[in-house]
Amino acid sequence: MDTFRDKLIPVTSILAGVVVLWYVMAVILNTPFQRDLDRRAGETHTLSEFIGKTLAQPKPTLPAPHQVAVNFFENTFLRPVTSNRSLVYNAWVTLSSTLLGFAFGTALGIIIAVGIVHVATLDRSLMPWIIASQTIPILAVAPMIIVVLAAVGITGLVPKAMISTYLSFFPVTVGMVKGLRSPEIMHLDLMHTYNASRAQTFWKLRVPASVPFLFTSMKVAVAASLVGAIVGELPTGAVAGIGAKLLAGAYYSQSIDIWSALVAGSVVAALLVMVVGIAGRIVDRAMGGRPA
Amino acid sequence: MTGTSPAVVAASKLGLTFQTNDGPVQALSNVDLTIGKGEFVSFIGPSGCGKTTLLRVIADLEKPTSGTISVNGMTAEQAREKRAYGYVFQAAALFPWRTIERNVGLPLEIMGLSKAEQAQRIKRTLDLVNLRGFEKKYPWQLSGGMQQRASIARALAFDADLLLMDEPFGALDEIVRDHLNEQLLELWGRTNKTICFVTHSIPEAVYLSTRIVVMSPRPGRVSDIIESTLPKQRPLDIRETPEFLAIAARVRDGLRAGHSYDD
Repeated sequence: MDTFRDKLIPVTSILAGVVVLWYVMAVILNTPFQRDLDRRAGETHTLSEFIGKTLAQPKPTLPAPHQVAVNFFENTFLRPVTSNRSLVYNAWVTLSSTLLGFAFGTALGIIIAVGIVHVATLDRSLMPWIIASQTIPILAVAPMIIVVLAAVGITGLVPKAMISTYLSFFPVTVGMVKGLRSPEIMHLDLMHTYNASRAQTFWKLRVPASVPFLFTSMKVAVAASLVGAIVGELPTGAVAGIGAKLLAGAYYSQSIDIWSALVAGSVVAALLVMVVGIAGRIVDRAMGGRPA
Repeated sequence: MTGTSPAVVAASKLGLTFQTNDGPVQALSNVDLTIGKGEFVSFIGPSGCGKTTLLRVIADLEKPTSGTISVNGMTAEQAREKRAYGYVFQAAALFPWRTIERNVGLPLEIMGLSKAEQAQRIKRTLDLVNLRGFEKKYPWQLSGGMQQRASIARALAFDADLLLMDEPFGALDEIVRDHLNEQLLELWGRTNKTICFVTHSIPEAVYLSTRIVVMSPRPGRVSDIIESTLPKQRPLDIRETPEFLAIAARVRDGLRAGHSYDD
């Protein structure tokens, strides 16, 4: 319980600091527009009235935390989950393509890593391309993928998932190449003294040794997948999803909607990383890992 | 020495030169050695004398660059492919994700033995190293000495007649080491295996061996071979007898003669 308290106090104090800073910035950033409004209406306010008004604008430059919280709460808990204004519904749309892309990305990443570790030619030829692929800005590639796939009749979930795949295979490849190469020389020598085949060395030594690396890279990959899914919703004219909410919010200057969609995205990301982390811990325990 | 039985290991004019960035390094030069069945041979010498390299050549983990080596009358590579030896490394080198019994069973799995045969051999070898009751434990749950015993069990599990041990007790404390030395002698007496044992401890070499191969560095070579006159039954206090001390003194002299102390 002490460790819980040890963690809770620093986390909450940082959070409190952020909220205070956020309120200060909200007042500062919303002041010019509020002053404009007051001048046109010919009103004058006391300082506390003025501050109250800067924090209650319908389309503020920077919404106050409580405005975002209220919007988030309403759109998460008070709407039917089938409504296209529900954050749960939109998060689910994004989540489904995130998960599909993540599954593809992880599989692809593992396959590429196995190839790189076992085939010297692939090691030399593939790695530079893989690194280059990640230097291309995803915002430039995403519309092309969507448009090209739409032209051949693939629309909906798959094109978005492919952008997630594009972002998520990379950390898995890098992590798994490292993981599959992680066995000590002594362990490899041991397998050699048993005259073990390459397949036996792979399944009995390299694969189990790489598991911790897999879960570490999957944590990065799942977050990247979510970013991919959101980015994938921007150019598609998608009607649902966290990306679509962000875009619609931007069109109609609904800054509070944008922020609550952002919060929804963060919550989904945190949950995904947590689930991967828990899965990793369960697997580690099943493989005889020492309890921390 | 059992001179009449066929040689388990026979090396002749054996040499191994590593190509490094600083030029060639002669790890082994002109090694002639014959090891008969049932012998316990220790290799002792300062670091860089090639004792581990020699063991690795026998195990076909390194290829010699000159001379010949035969193991059980075959080339070292053929012998390895036939799983002629069990190898014990400096560290226990157990797989952390396998329980003790599954670690011991690893070579048996690779050889494709039936589950029943595996279980029976695992039980027998764990009994041999006094690790009964630890089958389901993971390596981290065992002490260093027990881990090393598990790794010896793993090397014994597939019944190779030759056991190659590379400073297996080097990382353990004196008390555990004494205990394991005793157990190893007992095990050797019971199983009649041939053991090649690399060490840098003079008392350990003298206590265990029927023959002590003294090696010296630059280039790595055999500088002396000492036959032990100690009986096969060796209680730990044999180490205080004049006979033991005389052999130890010979080993020490051999080490001194082969080693230049100017550097």
